[in-house]
Amino acid sequence: MLKDFFATRRGIIAVGVFIGIFATFLQKWGNPGNMGICVACFERDIAGALGFHRAAVVQYMRPEIIGFVLGSFFAAYLFREFRPRVGSAPIVRFVLGAFAMIGALVFLGCPWRAMLRLAGGDGNAIFGLLGLIGGIWVGTLFLKVGYNLGRTQSTHTSVGWIMPLIMLGFLCLVLIFPQIQGKDKSGVLIYSIKGPGSMHAPLLLSLGIGLAVGFLAQRSRFCTMGAIRDMILFRQSHLLSGVIALLIAAFITNVIVGQFHPGFKNQPVAHTMSLWNFGGMVLAGLAFALAGGCPGRQLFLAGEGDGDAAVFALGMIVGAGFSHNFGLASSPTGVGPHAITAVIIGLLVCLFFGFTMRKKIG
Amino acid sequence: MNTIVDARGLSCPQPVIMTMDEIKKVGKGEITIIVDTDTSRENVSRAAISKGWQVKSVEPESTGYRITIAKE
Repeated sequence: MLKDFFATRRGIIAVGVFIGIFATFLQKWGNPGNMGICVACFERDIAGALGFHRAAVVQYMRPEIIGFVLGSFFAAYLFREFRPRVGSAPIVRFVLGAFAMIGALVFLGCPWRAMLRLAGGDGNAIFGLLGLIGGIWVGTLFLKVGYNLGRTQSTHTSVGWIMPLIMLGFLCLVLIFPQIQGKDKSGVLIYSIKGPGSMHAPLLLSLGIGLAVGFLAQRSRFCTMGAIRDMILFRQSHLLSGVIALLIAAFITNVIVGQFHPGFKNQPVAHTMSLWNFGGMVLAGLAFALAGGCPGRQLFLAGEGDGDAAVFALGMIVGAGFSHNFGLASSPTGVGPHAITAVIIGLLVCLFFGFTMRKKIG
Repeated sequence: MNTIVDARGLSCPQPVIMTMDEIKKVGKGEITIIVDTDTSRENVSRAAISKGWQVKSVEPESTGYRITIAKE
């Protein structure tokens, strides 16, 4: 019964509502504004916590990300859906992950945060969402003419455990080296003492919600990119109904708890350069479409044994390093000094993949 | 004549695209699609139903599922 429920429209809507409500509450409980859950931002914070970049305001080992992978892992095992698999052009997925992150950090958010920003009244998110749709639309054009990254192979069970084990390792690091009030370092981990990286809900709460979301999203196949792609490609609204449920639930919760502040200026962790809010998400959307999932979905797939999705997620973490080390990521004052060049290069790389990786499924 | 679509190892949305292409090609009759994940099983079944086809059977195999869809 439970197994079937999540495959229904009601099931996906219930999951969207759950994510919308709890993401909004995570903001109330300490996460940054309109950033209750942001897969791109949180992986960027993890990159910072590990010292892969030195942007002092965005360094924190986000337990939500750990929870996403482990929650999905538990669900996959519980419902006998754990299938270890690898080998569908992992290096391409790594590069797509890196550029997806670069694009998302020009906008300042993944598709989940784009929804949460809109639900919190941030009008700049409209340009990001339009860019996301545009990027995914370009991706569907490639899919229509046979773009694919080839078949995966089933593999050893332990291969599928690698990403969950990495996340377990990260969890151990947080427990061994917990945050020390007012200090920017604890053992090997780096912690922001100001800025968005310093803002976070209590660890166990973040982890618990992360685990629940991971579990539910694995069951329901929740995917923001798939929602838009399926609508464009097949006129299917199944996944989209979950994403719209997230948006509406987050909006209502924001209104109730007093977090709805409509406008364009002075929105939390956002800038007003509309063209690049749009452009950054065109790049991210195209990269997600070519890789077959939004950053959240890639984590859930990694949890159920998909080693290629794990490589995409690791690519995003490395991309975050490049973003901040090279001055590509935006800040509330606007885009980084080299952001525009990076977006153009990213788009060219995606087009190269799209044009050269077609048909011939062996 | 029963045609077989082998979508094993392919991730979303490839199995659905292949099924849709086959549906367009044959128009009616019976198609068997082999997939290796539960996500693909659900997506292929949902796509077939949306095109007015019936899911006749879903047989579990060691490496996934064999889905048979049909239209009179």
